[in-house]
Amino acid sequence: MNRHLISAGDLSRDDALLILDTAEELSQVADRPIRKLPTLRGRTVVNLFYEDSTRTRISFEAAAKRLSADVINFSAKGSSVAKGESLKDTALTLEAMGADAVVIRHQASGAPHRLSHWVRGSVVNAGDGTHEHPTQALLDAFTMRRRLGRLDGLRVAIVGDVLHSRVARSNVLLLRTLGADVTLVAPPTLLPVAVSSWPCEVSYDFSATLPKTDVVMMLRVQAERMSAAYFPTVREYSRRYGLDATRLALLPDHAIVMHPGPMNRGVEIAAEVADSPRSTIVEQVANGVSVRMAVLYLLLGGAELATTEVSR
Amino acid sequence: MTHALQPGTADGAGPPAENAAAEVAGTAGATAADPAAGDPAMANPATSDGRSEPLQVDKEPPPAGKTVLVADEIGRALTRVAHEILERTNGAEDVVLLGIPTRGVPLARRLAARLTKVEGRAVPSGSLDITMYRDDLRLRPARTLGHTVVPASGIDDKIVVLVDDVLYSGRTVRAALDALSDLGRPRAVQLAVLVDRGHRELPIRADYVGKNLPTSQRELVQVQLTETDGQDAVILSTEADR
Repeated sequence: MNRHLISAGDLSRDDALLILDTAEELSQVADRPIRKLPTLRGRTVVNLFYEDSTRTRISFEAAAKRLSADVINFSAKGSSVAKGESLKDTALTLEAMGADAVVIRHQASGAPHRLSHWVRGSVVNAGDGTHEHPTQALLDAFTMRRRLGRLDGLRVAIVGDVLHSRVARSNVLLLRTLGADVTLVAPPTLLPVAVSSWPCEVSYDFSATLPKTDVVMMLRVQAERMSAAYFPTVREYSRRYGLDATRLALLPDHAIVMHPGPMNRGVEIAAEVADSPRSTIVEQVANGVSVRMAVLYLLLGGAELATTEVSR
Repeated sequence: MTHALQPGTADGAGPPAENAAAEVAGTAGATAADPAAGDPAMANPATSDGRSEPLQVDKEPPPAGKTVLVADEIGRALTRVAHEILERTNGAEDVVLLGIPTRGVPLARRLAARLTKVEGRAVPSGSLDITMYRDDLRLRPARTLGHTVVPASGIDDKIVVLVDDVLYSGRTVRAALDALSDLGRPRAVQLAVLVDRGHRELPIRADYVGKNLPTSQRELVQVQLTETDGQDAVILSTEADR
Protein backbone atom coordinates (compact mmCIF):
# COMPACT_ATOMS: atom_id res chain seq x y z
CA MET A 1 0.00 0.00 0.00
CA ASN A 2 1.03 3.60 -0.57
CA ARG A 3 2.10 5.70 2.39
CA HIS A 4 -0.73 8.14 1.70
CA LEU A 5 -4.38 7.66 0.83
CA ILE A 6 -5.13 10.49 -1.57
CA SER A 7 -7.21 8.85 -4.28
CA ALA A 8 -9.31 5.71 -4.44
CA GLY A 9 -7.69 5.20 -7.84
CA ASP A 10 -4.31 4.61 -6.18
CA LEU A 11 -5.60 1.46 -4.51
CA SER A 12 -4.98 -1.85 -6.21
CA ARG A 13 -7.61 -4.55 -5.92
CA ASP A 14 -5.48 -6.30 -3.29
CA ASP A 15 -5.01 -3.09 -1.28
CA ALA A 16 -8.72 -2.38 -1.33
CA LEU A 17 -9.64 -5.93 -0.30
CA LEU A 18 -7.03 -5.83 2.48
CA ILE A 19 -8.63 -2.66 3.84
CA LEU A 20 -12.13 -4.18 3.64
CA ASP A 21 -11.03 -7.44 5.29
CA THR A 22 -9.18 -5.58 8.03
CA ALA A 23 -12.25 -3.40 8.59
CA GLU A 24 -14.35 -6.55 8.88
CA GLU A 25 -12.16 -7.80 11.74
CA LEU A 26 -12.02 -4.38 13.39
CA SER A 27 -15.80 -3.95 13.26
CA GLN A 28 -15.99 -6.53 16.07
CA VAL A 29 -14.34 -4.04 18.40
CA ALA A 30 -17.55 -2.00 18.45
CA ASP A 31 -19.39 -4.94 20.06
CA ARG A 32 -16.91 -5.46 22.86
CA PRO A 33 -17.15 -4.24 26.42
CA ILE A 34 -13.87 -2.35 25.91
CA ARG A 35 -13.95 -0.64 22.52
CA LYS A 36 -10.27 0.06 22.31
CA LEU A 37 -7.14 -1.54 20.91
CA PRO A 38 -3.64 -0.53 22.03
CA THR A 39 -2.17 -0.68 18.53
CA LEU A 40 -1.44 2.98 17.77
CA ARG A 41 -0.39 3.98 21.29
CA GLY A 42 1.99 6.91 21.14
CA ARG A 43 1.09 7.86 17.58
CA THR A 44 -0.43 11.22 16.77
CA VAL A 45 -3.21 11.75 14.25
CA VAL A 46 -4.06 15.33 13.27
CA ASN A 47 -7.52 16.09 11.89
CA LEU A 48 -6.99 19.11 9.67
CA PHE A 49 -10.41 20.35 8.59
CA TYR A 50 -10.71 23.42 6.40
CA GLU A 51 -14.33 22.64 5.59
CA ASP A 52 -17.27 21.99 7.84
CA SER A 53 -17.83 18.35 8.55
CA THR A 54 -19.59 16.44 11.26
CA ARG A 55 -19.61 12.78 10.44
CA THR A 56 -16.25 12.46 8.72
CA ARG A 57 -14.34 14.31 11.42
CA ILE A 58 -16.07 12.48 14.25
CA SER A 59 -15.62 9.19 12.43
CA PHE A 60 -11.88 9.69 11.98
CA GLU A 61 -11.58 10.86 15.57
CA ALA A 62 -13.43 7.81 16.88
CA ALA A 63 -11.34 5.51 14.67
CA ALA A 64 -8.05 6.98 15.86
CA LYS A 65 -9.14 6.90 19.48
CA ARG A 66 -10.28 3.27 19.28
CA LEU A 67 -6.76 2.46 18.16
CA SER A 68 -5.35 4.46 21.12
CA ALA A 69 -3.74 7.16 18.96
CA ASP A 70 -3.56 10.73 20.22
CA VAL A 71 -5.88 12.98 18.24
CA ILE A 72 -5.39 16.67 17.60
CA ASN A 73 -8.37 18.41 16.01
CA PHE A 74 -7.70 21.44 13.93
CA SER A 75 -10.45 23.35 12.20
CA ALA A 76 -9.89 26.40 10.07
CA LYS A 77 -12.37 28.42 12.06
CA GLY A 78 -10.82 29.93 15.17
CA SER A 79 -7.27 29.03 14.16
CA SER A 80 -4.35 30.85 12.56
CA VAL A 81 -5.85 30.02 9.15
CA ALA A 82 -8.45 32.70 9.91
CA LYS A 83 -5.46 35.04 10.29
CA GLY A 84 -4.24 34.14 6.80
CA GLU A 85 -1.78 31.28 7.35
CA SER A 86 -1.06 29.24 4.23
CA LEU A 87 -1.54 25.49 3.99
CA LYS A 88 2.21 25.00 3.76
CA ASP A 89 2.94 26.93 6.94
CA THR A 90 0.22 25.03 8.76
CA ALA A 91 1.76 21.81 7.44
CA LEU A 92 5.19 22.77 8.73
CA THR A 93 3.69 23.53 12.14
CA LEU A 94 2.09 20.09 12.23
CA GLU A 95 5.37 18.57 11.11
CA ALA A 96 7.16 20.24 14.01
CA MET A 97 4.58 18.74 16.39
CA GLY A 98 5.38 15.28 15.09
CA ALA A 99 2.13 14.23 13.43
CA ASP A 100 2.28 10.60 12.27
CA ALA A 101 -0.78 11.06 10.10
CA VAL A 102 -2.67 14.08 8.84
CA VAL A 103 -6.32 13.63 7.93
CA ILE A 104 -7.18 16.57 5.73
CA ARG A 105 -10.40 18.00 4.38
CA HIS A 106 -9.97 21.02 2.14
CA GLN A 107 -12.15 23.01 -0.21
CA ALA A 108 -9.47 22.91 -2.90
CA SER A 109 -9.08 19.80 -5.04
CA GLY A 110 -5.49 18.57 -4.79
CA ALA A 111 -4.71 20.06 -1.37
CA PRO A 112 -3.96 16.61 0.19
CA HIS A 113 -1.60 15.85 -2.67
CA ARG A 114 0.30 19.09 -2.08
CA LEU A 115 0.35 18.42 1.65
CA SER A 116 1.87 14.99 1.12
CA HIS A 117 5.03 16.66 -0.19
CA TRP A 118 5.41 18.83 2.89
CA VAL A 119 4.91 16.42 5.78
CA ARG A 120 6.71 13.27 6.75
CA GLY A 121 3.66 11.45 8.09
CA SER A 122 0.90 9.75 6.13
CA VAL A 123 -1.71 11.97 4.51
CA VAL A 124 -5.29 10.73 4.39
CA ASN A 125 -7.68 12.58 2.12
CA ALA A 126 -10.95 13.19 3.93
CA GLY A 127 -12.46 15.06 0.99
CA ASP A 128 -10.81 17.66 -1.24
CA GLY A 129 -13.05 20.03 -3.16
CA THR A 130 -14.91 18.22 -5.91
CA HIS A 131 -12.09 15.70 -6.35
CA GLU A 132 -12.10 12.64 -4.07
CA HIS A 133 -13.18 11.17 -0.77
CA PRO A 134 -11.55 7.73 -0.73
CA THR A 135 -12.55 6.59 2.78
CA GLN A 136 -16.19 7.27 1.93
CA ALA A 137 -15.87 5.05 -1.14
CA LEU A 138 -14.23 2.35 0.99
CA LEU A 139 -17.00 2.44 3.58
CA ASP A 140 -19.62 2.34 0.83
CA ALA A 141 -17.95 -0.71 -0.71
CA PHE A 142 -17.72 -2.26 2.76
CA THR A 143 -21.44 -1.65 3.35
CA MET A 144 -22.36 -3.15 -0.04
CA ARG A 145 -20.24 -6.23 0.57
CA ARG A 146 -21.77 -6.72 4.02
CA ARG A 147 -25.35 -6.34 2.84
CA LEU A 148 -25.12 -8.16 -0.49
CA GLY A 149 -22.18 -10.50 0.14
CA ARG A 150 -20.12 -9.57 -2.90
CA LEU A 151 -18.85 -6.66 -5.00
CA ASP A 152 -17.87 -8.47 -8.18
CA GLY A 153 -20.54 -7.91 -10.83
CA LEU A 154 -22.68 -5.74 -8.56
CA ARG A 155 -24.74 -3.13 -10.46
CA VAL A 156 -24.47 0.23 -8.75
CA ALA A 157 -26.34 3.39 -9.76
CA ILE A 158 -24.92 6.67 -8.46
CA VAL A 159 -27.62 9.31 -8.77
CA GLY A 160 -27.64 13.09 -8.55
CA ASP A 161 -25.09 15.86 -8.34
CA VAL A 162 -22.11 13.97 -9.78
CA LEU A 163 -20.48 17.22 -10.94
CA HIS A 164 -19.80 18.49 -7.42
CA SER A 165 -19.41 15.10 -5.79
CA ARG A 166 -16.08 13.78 -4.61
CA VAL A 167 -17.93 10.72 -3.33
CA ALA A 168 -19.04 9.81 -6.87
CA ARG A 169 -15.55 10.00 -8.35
CA SER A 170 -13.97 7.93 -5.56
CA ASN A 171 -16.76 5.39 -5.75
CA VAL A 172 -16.53 5.01 -9.53
CA LEU A 173 -12.77 4.39 -9.31
CA LEU A 174 -12.92 2.02 -6.35
CA LEU A 175 -15.97 0.05 -7.46
CA ARG A 176 -14.42 -0.45 -10.88
CA THR A 177 -11.26 -1.78 -9.23
CA LEU A 178 -13.39 -4.16 -7.19
CA GLY A 179 -15.32 -5.42 -10.21
CA ALA A 180 -18.67 -3.67 -9.82
CA ASP A 181 -20.51 -2.01 -12.75
CA VAL A 182 -21.35 1.61 -12.10
CA THR A 183 -24.00 3.70 -13.84
CA LEU A 184 -24.13 7.44 -13.22
CA VAL A 185 -27.62 8.92 -13.36
CA ALA A 186 -27.90 12.69 -13.47
CA PRO A 187 -29.15 15.61 -15.53
CA PRO A 188 -26.56 16.46 -18.21
CA THR A 189 -25.81 19.74 -16.41
CA LEU A 190 -24.69 17.89 -13.29
CA LEU A 191 -22.22 15.56 -14.99
CA PRO A 192 -18.52 16.44 -15.33
CA VAL A 193 -17.32 17.30 -18.85
CA ALA A 194 -14.91 14.38 -18.98
CA VAL A 195 -17.41 11.79 -17.71
CA SER A 196 -17.07 9.83 -20.95
CA SER A 197 -13.52 8.93 -19.88
CA TRP A 198 -14.69 7.52 -16.53
CA PRO A 199 -14.92 3.73 -16.26
CA CYS A 200 -18.73 3.71 -16.01
CA GLU A 201 -22.01 4.05 -17.90
CA VAL A 202 -24.12 7.21 -17.97
CA SER A 203 -27.91 7.42 -18.01
CA TYR A 204 -30.37 10.31 -17.89
CA ASP A 205 -33.40 8.15 -17.14
CA PHE A 206 -33.58 7.22 -13.45
CA SER A 207 -36.72 5.08 -13.60
CA ALA A 208 -35.38 2.98 -16.47
CA THR A 209 -32.15 2.28 -14.59
CA LEU A 210 -33.75 1.18 -11.32
CA PRO A 211 -35.00 -2.33 -12.26
CA LYS A 212 -31.47 -3.45 -13.19
CA THR A 213 -29.75 -2.11 -10.12
CA ASP A 214 -28.49 -3.79 -6.93
CA VAL A 215 -27.41 -0.61 -5.15
CA VAL A 216 -28.77 2.93 -5.51
CA MET A 217 -26.48 5.59 -4.13
CA MET A 218 -28.15 8.97 -3.83
CA LEU A 219 -25.94 12.06 -3.82
CA ARG A 220 -26.70 15.32 -2.08
CA VAL A 221 -27.45 18.33 -4.23
CA GLN A 222 -24.56 20.54 -3.20
CA ALA A 223 -26.23 23.92 -3.38
CA GLU A 224 -23.27 25.57 -1.63
CA ARG A 225 -20.98 24.71 -4.54
CA MET A 226 -23.44 25.75 -7.23
CA SER A 227 -22.61 29.09 -8.80
CA ALA A 228 -25.06 28.78 -11.69
CA ALA A 229 -28.52 27.38 -12.36
CA TYR A 230 -27.98 23.67 -13.00
CA PHE A 231 -31.67 22.79 -13.00
CA PRO A 232 -34.87 24.87 -13.25
CA THR A 233 -36.36 24.22 -9.82
CA VAL A 234 -35.76 21.93 -6.87
CA ARG A 235 -39.20 20.45 -7.41
CA GLU A 236 -38.43 19.53 -10.99
CA TYR A 237 -35.11 17.98 -9.96
CA SER A 238 -36.84 16.00 -7.27
CA ARG A 239 -39.48 14.73 -9.70
CA ARG A 240 -36.95 13.48 -12.20
CA TYR A 241 -34.00 12.42 -10.04
CA GLY A 242 -35.37 12.07 -6.51
CA LEU A 243 -35.89 8.65 -4.94
CA ASP A 244 -39.44 8.37 -3.63
CA ALA A 245 -41.60 5.39 -2.67
CA THR A 246 -42.87 4.91 -6.23
CA ARG A 247 -39.36 4.64 -7.60
CA LEU A 248 -38.26 2.48 -4.67
CA ALA A 249 -40.88 -0.06 -5.77
CA LEU A 250 -39.11 -0.38 -9.14
CA LEU A 251 -35.99 -1.80 -7.50
CA PRO A 252 -35.35 -5.55 -7.25
CA ASP A 253 -36.25 -6.96 -3.83
CA HIS A 254 -32.67 -7.38 -2.62
CA ALA A 255 -31.49 -3.90 -3.64
CA ILE A 256 -30.29 -1.39 -1.07
CA VAL A 257 -30.40 2.40 -0.88
CA MET A 258 -27.34 4.36 0.19
CA HIS A 259 -26.58 8.00 0.87
CA PRO A 260 -23.24 9.43 2.01
CA GLY A 261 -25.00 12.10 4.09
CA PRO A 262 -25.89 14.74 4.96
CA MET A 263 -29.30 14.22 3.33
CA ASN A 264 -31.68 16.78 1.93
CA ARG A 265 -34.90 14.97 2.76
CA GLY A 266 -37.54 15.74 0.17
CA VAL A 267 -34.99 16.77 -2.49
CA GLU A 268 -32.90 13.79 -3.61
CA ILE A 269 -34.45 11.29 -1.22
CA ALA A 270 -37.92 11.08 0.31
CA ALA A 271 -38.10 10.75 4.09
CA GLU A 272 -40.00 7.44 3.88
CA VAL A 273 -37.22 5.99 1.66
CA ALA A 274 -34.44 7.25 3.92
CA ASP A 275 -36.10 5.56 6.90
CA SER A 276 -37.02 2.32 5.11
CA PRO A 277 -35.32 -0.96 6.06
CA ARG A 278 -33.58 -1.00 2.67
CA SER A 279 -31.73 2.18 3.49
CA THR A 280 -28.19 1.62 4.86
CA ILE A 281 -27.59 5.25 5.80
CA VAL A 282 -27.12 4.71 9.53
CA GLU A 283 -25.12 1.53 8.91
CA GLN A 284 -22.78 3.49 6.64
CA VAL A 285 -21.88 5.78 9.52
CA ALA A 286 -21.06 2.86 11.81
CA ASN A 287 -19.08 1.13 9.07
CA GLY A 288 -17.17 4.36 8.49
CA VAL A 289 -15.46 4.02 11.85
CA SER A 290 -14.35 0.43 11.11
CA VAL A 291 -13.05 1.32 7.66
CA ARG A 292 -11.14 4.34 8.94
CA MET A 293 -9.65 2.23 11.72
CA ALA A 294 -8.45 -0.19 9.06
CA VAL A 295 -6.92 2.62 7.00
CA LEU A 296 -5.15 4.15 9.99
CA TYR A 297 -3.92 0.74 11.15
CA LEU A 298 -2.56 -0.20 7.74
CA LEU A 299 -0.87 3.18 7.26
CA LEU A 300 0.49 3.63 10.80
CA GLY A 301 0.43 0.22 12.47
CA GLY A 302 3.52 -1.25 10.88
CA ALA A 303 7.16 -0.36 10.54
CA GLU A 304 8.03 3.31 10.38
CA LEU A 305 8.30 4.26 6.74
CA ALA A 306 9.19 7.88 7.40
CA THR A 307 12.91 7.30 7.85
CA THR A 308 13.33 5.45 4.59
CA GLU A 309 11.21 7.68 2.42
CA VAL A 310 11.42 11.36 3.31
CA SER A 311 9.99 13.50 0.59
CA ARG A 312 11.94 16.65 -0.10
CA MET B 1 3.18 -18.49 15.85
CA THR B 2 5.15 -17.95 19.01
CA HIS B 3 8.55 -18.33 17.44
CA ALA B 4 7.86 -15.56 14.97
CA LEU B 5 8.08 -13.09 17.83
CA GLN B 6 11.77 -13.67 18.33
CA PRO B 7 13.34 -10.73 16.50
CA GLY B 8 16.28 -12.78 15.30
CA THR B 9 14.15 -15.39 13.62
CA ALA B 10 11.15 -13.23 12.86
CA ASP B 11 12.03 -13.01 9.21
CA GLY B 12 12.81 -16.68 8.92
CA ALA B 13 9.80 -18.03 10.72
CA GLY B 14 7.28 -17.26 8.00
CA PRO B 15 8.83 -18.38 4.72
CA PRO B 16 9.49 -22.07 5.55
CA ALA B 17 5.85 -22.57 6.39
CA GLU B 18 4.95 -20.95 3.11
CA ASN B 19 7.49 -23.11 1.36
CA ALA B 20 5.88 -26.13 2.87
CA ALA B 21 2.51 -25.00 1.58
CA ALA B 22 4.04 -24.33 -1.82
CA GLU B 23 5.56 -27.77 -1.64
CA VAL B 24 2.17 -29.36 -1.26
CA ALA B 25 0.71 -27.20 -4.00
CA GLY B 26 3.72 -27.91 -6.17
CA THR B 27 3.31 -31.65 -5.87
CA ALA B 28 -0.34 -31.39 -6.77
CA GLY B 29 0.68 -29.27 -9.73
CA ALA B 30 3.14 -31.94 -10.85
CA THR B 31 0.54 -34.68 -10.93
CA ALA B 32 -1.82 -32.42 -12.80
CA ALA B 33 0.92 -31.52 -15.27
CA ASP B 34 2.06 -35.10 -15.86
CA PRO B 35 -0.53 -36.03 -18.52
CA ALA B 36 0.24 -32.76 -20.25
CA ALA B 37 3.98 -33.52 -20.22
CA GLY B 38 3.30 -36.82 -21.98
CA ASP B 39 1.30 -35.10 -24.68
CA PRO B 40 3.54 -32.92 -26.85
CA ALA B 41 0.59 -30.89 -28.14
CA MET B 42 -0.28 -30.01 -24.57
CA ALA B 43 3.31 -29.47 -23.46
CA ASN B 44 4.13 -26.94 -26.17
CA PRO B 45 1.75 -24.19 -25.13
CA ALA B 46 3.15 -24.44 -21.62
CA THR B 47 6.71 -23.86 -22.78
CA SER B 48 5.83 -21.27 -25.39
CA ASP B 49 5.04 -18.65 -22.79
CA GLY B 50 8.41 -19.22 -21.14
CA ARG B 51 7.22 -21.31 -18.21
CA SER B 52 8.44 -24.90 -18.05
CA GLU B 53 6.32 -26.04 -15.16
CA PRO B 54 7.52 -29.65 -14.76
CA LEU B 55 11.12 -28.42 -14.42
CA GLN B 56 10.15 -25.95 -11.73
CA VAL B 57 8.51 -28.70 -9.72
CA ASP B 58 11.68 -30.81 -9.98
CA LYS B 59 13.73 -27.95 -8.56
CA GLU B 60 11.65 -27.75 -5.37
CA PRO B 61 13.89 -28.83 -2.48
CA PRO B 62 12.83 -31.84 -0.40
CA PRO B 63 11.37 -30.95 3.05
CA ALA B 64 14.35 -29.75 5.08
CA GLY B 65 14.98 -30.72 8.67
CA LYS B 66 14.12 -33.55 10.97
CA THR B 67 10.61 -34.67 11.79
CA VAL B 68 10.38 -34.79 15.57
CA LEU B 69 6.68 -35.63 15.85
CA VAL B 70 4.64 -37.57 13.31
CA ALA B 71 0.86 -37.53 12.97
CA ASP B 72 0.20 -40.35 15.47
CA GLU B 73 2.44 -38.77 18.08
CA ILE B 74 0.69 -35.41 17.70
CA GLY B 75 -2.65 -37.18 18.12
CA ARG B 76 -1.49 -38.98 21.29
CA ALA B 77 0.00 -35.80 22.74
CA LEU B 78 -3.29 -33.96 22.20
CA THR B 79 -5.25 -36.80 23.79
CA ARG B 80 -2.97 -36.67 26.85
CA VAL B 81 -3.28 -32.88 27.07
CA ALA B 82 -7.07 -33.22 26.81
CA HIS B 83 -7.09 -35.62 29.76
CA GLU B 84 -4.84 -33.31 31.77
CA ILE B 85 -7.27 -30.46 31.12
CA LEU B 86 -10.15 -32.66 32.34
CA GLU B 87 -8.22 -33.54 35.51
CA ARG B 88 -7.24 -30.01 36.34
CA THR B 89 -10.55 -28.32 35.54
CA ASN B 90 -12.99 -30.70 37.19
CA GLY B 91 -14.18 -32.35 33.96
CA ALA B 92 -13.79 -29.27 31.77
CA GLU B 93 -16.66 -27.53 33.48
CA ASP B 94 -16.80 -23.86 32.39
CA VAL B 95 -13.81 -24.39 30.10
CA VAL B 96 -13.51 -22.29 26.94
CA LEU B 97 -10.70 -23.13 24.52
CA LEU B 98 -9.30 -20.19 22.57
CA GLY B 99 -6.78 -20.92 19.83
CA ILE B 100 -4.24 -18.32 18.74
CA PRO B 101 -4.17 -18.00 14.94
CA THR B 102 -2.98 -19.53 12.75
CA ARG B 103 -2.30 -23.03 14.05
CA GLY B 104 -3.63 -22.64 17.57
CA VAL B 105 -7.15 -22.51 16.18
CA PRO B 106 -7.33 -26.03 14.70
CA LEU B 107 -5.49 -27.34 17.76
CA ALA B 108 -8.14 -25.78 20.05
CA ARG B 109 -10.84 -27.33 17.89
CA ARG B 110 -9.21 -30.77 18.13
CA LEU B 111 -8.83 -30.49 21.91
CA ALA B 112 -12.47 -29.41 22.23
CA ALA B 113 -13.55 -32.44 20.18
CA ARG B 114 -11.59 -34.75 22.51
CA LEU B 115 -13.00 -33.11 25.66
CA THR B 116 -16.52 -33.35 24.26
CA LYS B 117 -16.02 -37.02 23.40
CA VAL B 118 -14.77 -37.95 26.87
CA GLU B 119 -17.20 -35.85 28.91
CA GLY B 120 -20.20 -36.13 26.57
CA ARG B 121 -20.96 -32.41 26.85
CA ALA B 122 -20.04 -29.70 24.38
CA VAL B 123 -16.89 -27.76 25.22
CA PRO B 124 -16.81 -24.45 23.30
CA SER B 125 -13.76 -23.39 21.32
CA GLY B 126 -12.91 -20.21 19.46
CA SER B 127 -10.02 -18.11 18.32
CA LEU B 128 -8.22 -15.08 19.66
CA ASP B 129 -6.28 -12.87 17.26
CA ILE B 130 -3.46 -11.05 18.97
CA THR B 131 -2.06 -9.01 16.08
CA MET B 132 -3.21 -5.66 17.44
CA TYR B 133 -1.56 -6.43 20.79
CA ARG B 134 1.89 -7.49 19.58
CA ASP B 135 4.95 -5.70 20.85
CA ASP B 136 6.82 -5.99 17.53
CA LEU B 137 4.27 -4.30 15.27
CA ARG B 138 6.63 -1.46 14.46
CA LEU B 139 9.41 -3.80 13.38
CA ARG B 140 7.57 -4.98 10.28
CA PRO B 141 4.99 -3.70 7.81
CA ALA B 142 1.39 -3.79 9.03
CA ARG B 143 0.21 -7.38 9.38
CA THR B 144 -2.99 -8.90 8.16
CA LEU B 145 -5.42 -9.49 10.99
CA GLY B 146 -6.72 -12.91 11.97
CA HIS B 147 -10.20 -13.79 13.21
CA THR B 148 -11.33 -13.45 16.77
CA VAL B 149 -14.28 -15.71 17.49
CA VAL B 150 -15.48 -15.85 21.07
CA PRO B 151 -18.04 -18.62 21.75
CA ALA B 152 -21.56 -17.38 22.49
CA SER B 153 -21.17 -18.32 26.16
CA GLY B 154 -18.56 -15.57 26.49
CA ILE B 155 -15.46 -15.74 28.66
CA ASP B 156 -16.62 -13.95 31.80
CA ASP B 157 -16.12 -16.18 34.84
CA LYS B 158 -14.99 -19.09 32.63
CA ILE B 159 -11.72 -21.01 32.64
CA VAL B 160 -10.07 -19.94 29.41
CA VAL B 161 -7.45 -22.30 28.02
CA LEU B 162 -5.29 -20.53 25.46
CA VAL B 163 -4.00 -22.90 22.78
CA ASP B 164 -0.98 -22.32 20.57
CA ASP B 165 1.32 -24.50 18.50
CA VAL B 166 4.77 -23.46 19.77
CA LEU B 167 5.76 -21.75 23.00
CA TYR B 168 9.01 -19.86 22.50
CA SER B 169 9.70 -16.32 23.76
CA GLY B 170 6.31 -16.06 25.50
CA ARG B 171 5.54 -12.75 23.79
CA THR B 172 2.55 -14.13 21.92
CA VAL B 173 1.06 -15.31 25.19
CA ARG B 174 1.70 -11.91 26.78
CA ALA B 175 -0.18 -10.30 23.90
CA ALA B 176 -2.96 -12.88 24.23
CA LEU B 177 -3.38 -12.07 27.93
CA ASP B 178 -3.78 -8.38 27.06
CA ALA B 179 -6.27 -9.20 24.30
CA LEU B 180 -8.22 -11.40 26.69
CA SER B 181 -8.53 -8.70 29.33
CA ASP B 182 -10.19 -6.43 26.74
CA LEU B 183 -12.77 -9.15 25.99
CA GLY B 184 -13.85 -9.93 29.51
CA ARG B 185 -12.77 -11.29 32.87
CA PRO B 186 -12.18 -15.04 32.94
CA ARG B 187 -12.06 -16.83 36.31
CA ALA B 188 -8.71 -18.33 35.31
CA VAL B 189 -6.49 -18.44 32.25
CA GLN B 190 -4.41 -21.49 31.40
CA LEU B 191 -2.06 -22.23 28.54
CA ALA B 192 -1.81 -25.36 26.39
CA VAL B 193 0.87 -25.74 23.71
CA LEU B 194 1.79 -28.55 21.37
CA VAL B 195 5.51 -27.87 21.59
CA ASP B 196 7.50 -26.02 24.25
CA ARG B 197 10.88 -25.20 22.77
CA GLY B 198 12.28 -23.10 25.65
CA HIS B 199 14.10 -19.75 25.44
CA ARG B 200 11.49 -17.72 27.31
CA GLU B 201 11.91 -13.96 27.38
CA LEU B 202 9.03 -13.33 29.77
CA PRO B 203 7.89 -14.98 33.02
CA ILE B 204 5.37 -17.26 31.32
CA ARG B 205 4.97 -21.04 31.44
CA ALA B 206 2.54 -23.50 29.94
CA ASP B 207 0.05 -25.50 32.02
CA TYR B 208 -0.22 -28.27 29.42
CA VAL B 209 2.59 -29.26 27.08
CA GLY B 210 2.31 -31.78 24.25
CA LYS B 211 6.05 -32.18 23.86
CA ASN B 212 9.03 -30.50 25.51
CA LEU B 213 11.56 -29.94 22.77
CA PRO B 214 14.95 -28.58 23.85
CA THR B 215 16.23 -26.47 20.96
CA SER B 216 18.95 -24.03 20.07
CA GLN B 217 17.86 -20.52 19.13
CA ARG B 218 19.33 -21.08 15.68
CA GLU B 219 16.85 -23.86 15.07
CA LEU B 220 13.38 -23.47 13.67
CA VAL B 221 10.39 -25.42 14.93
CA GLN B 222 7.65 -25.77 12.41
CA VAL B 223 4.27 -27.27 13.23
CA GLN B 224 2.26 -28.56 10.31
CA LEU B 225 -1.40 -29.44 10.69
CA THR B 226 -3.75 -31.12 8.24
CA GLU B 227 -6.15 -28.16 8.42
CA THR B 228 -3.52 -25.60 7.41
CA ASP B 229 -0.66 -27.53 5.77
CA GLY B 230 -2.19 -30.75 4.49
CA GLN B 231 -0.39 -33.03 6.97
CA ASP B 232 0.37 -33.41 10.66
CA ALA B 233 4.05 -33.08 11.61
CA VAL B 234 6.48 -31.16 13.80
CA ILE B 235 9.70 -30.42 11.97
CA LEU B 236 12.94 -29.19 13.48
CA SER B 237 15.35 -27.55 11.08
CA THR B 238 18.46 -25.40 11.30
CA GLU B 239 19.36 -22.34 9.30
CA ALA B 240 21.70 -24.53 7.23
CA ASP B 241 18.73 -26.64 6.12
CA ARG B 242 17.01 -23.65 4.56
